Amino acid sequence: MIIPIRCFSCGKVIADKWEPFAKRVSQGEHPKDVLDDLGLTRYCCRRMLLSHVELIDDILKFYGEKESLEVERRS
Amino acid sequence: MKVDVLSINGDTIKFSVKGVDEAFANALRRTMISEVPCMAIDDIFIFDNSSVFPDEELAMRVGFIPFTTDLKKYTLPEKCECKSDLGCSHCRAVITLDVSADTSPRTVYSRDLVSEDPSIKPVSPDIVIAKLAPKQAIKFEAYARLGVGNVHAKWQPVSMCVYKHETGGDKSGGLFIFTVESTGCLKPEEVVSEAVRILVEKLNTFQEKIRRGEASDEIVEFEVSEEVGRGLYSVGAGDFEEEEGEESQE
Repeated sequence: MIIPIRCFSCGKVIADKWEPFAKRVSQGEHPKDVLDDLGLTRYCCRRMLLSHVELIDDILKFYGEKESLEVERRS
Repeated sequence: MKVDVLSINGDTIKFSVKGVDEAFANALRRTMISEVPCMAIDDIFIFDNSSVFPDEELAMRVGFIPFTTDLKKYTLPEKCECKSDLGCSHCRAVITLDVSADTSPRTVYSRDLVSEDPSIKPVSPDIVIAKLAPKQAIKFEAYARLGVGNVHAKWQPVSMCVYKHETGGDKSGGLFIFTVESTGCLKPEEVVSEAVRILVEKLNTFQEKIRRGEASDEIVEFEVSEEVGRGLYSVGAGDFEEEEGEESQE
């Protein structure tokens, strides 16, 4: 749902690397180059970012929607 | 024994050790992983959490953030003179977080954590802790303490600690090339020197016990230790036994 704080296998912190990774890959850079750049040398840490799906942004939309519906109903 | 530092690059140190056997090299490796203390949040009091994360997951995420560690200033809670549950200024640092999202979604980063001690702070300011939808809020007070990796992985100061044994045909000696990558809580060279200090201390204790003829008593009385009190599940999980007791009374 949200990027784990650490790599499951080795324990390296990865939660601070998801945002630059996602941004740069969406801008068209090759994931390999971005991962190398971020200093993720082991394949355990690399799969953490490569295989991650950031679902929380979609989930939060429902909460935002619920909030605005309640405001509408009250007004 | 001959030690050469080959390189120190950010959080990674490479060094070679010559003139020791496999057992010593492995003891040093295991000490670095599971005996060198570092700072992590251990107890957490959540006052407000309206985010999509359950308290337990929030506590776990916060617990796994490595904090910069000052080993001279802080002592392990079990070795501290205060003997108190919540600790004193020598064995814990208070970290607080009070964030809320107003009209737009907000990402909570480790830089939002406020520490009472400026020397104890998250290793990176950009660690994502949670994401909040509008009107959601998180407020907690947490205690960061020293701990060791064999109690919980959050206290493991290294994310990689390996050695390569170059025997050159001679299995009894050879060259050990260590690569140690710190999580950022301690400098990699600090992890190594602290591990050596701890290993020497343990060996001295053992030698002293043998000298006094007490070593065999300990082996006879050896029991697998159970997790009591401040242990594996203390982060945010509360006291399970007490809760179960209350339910059975109802």
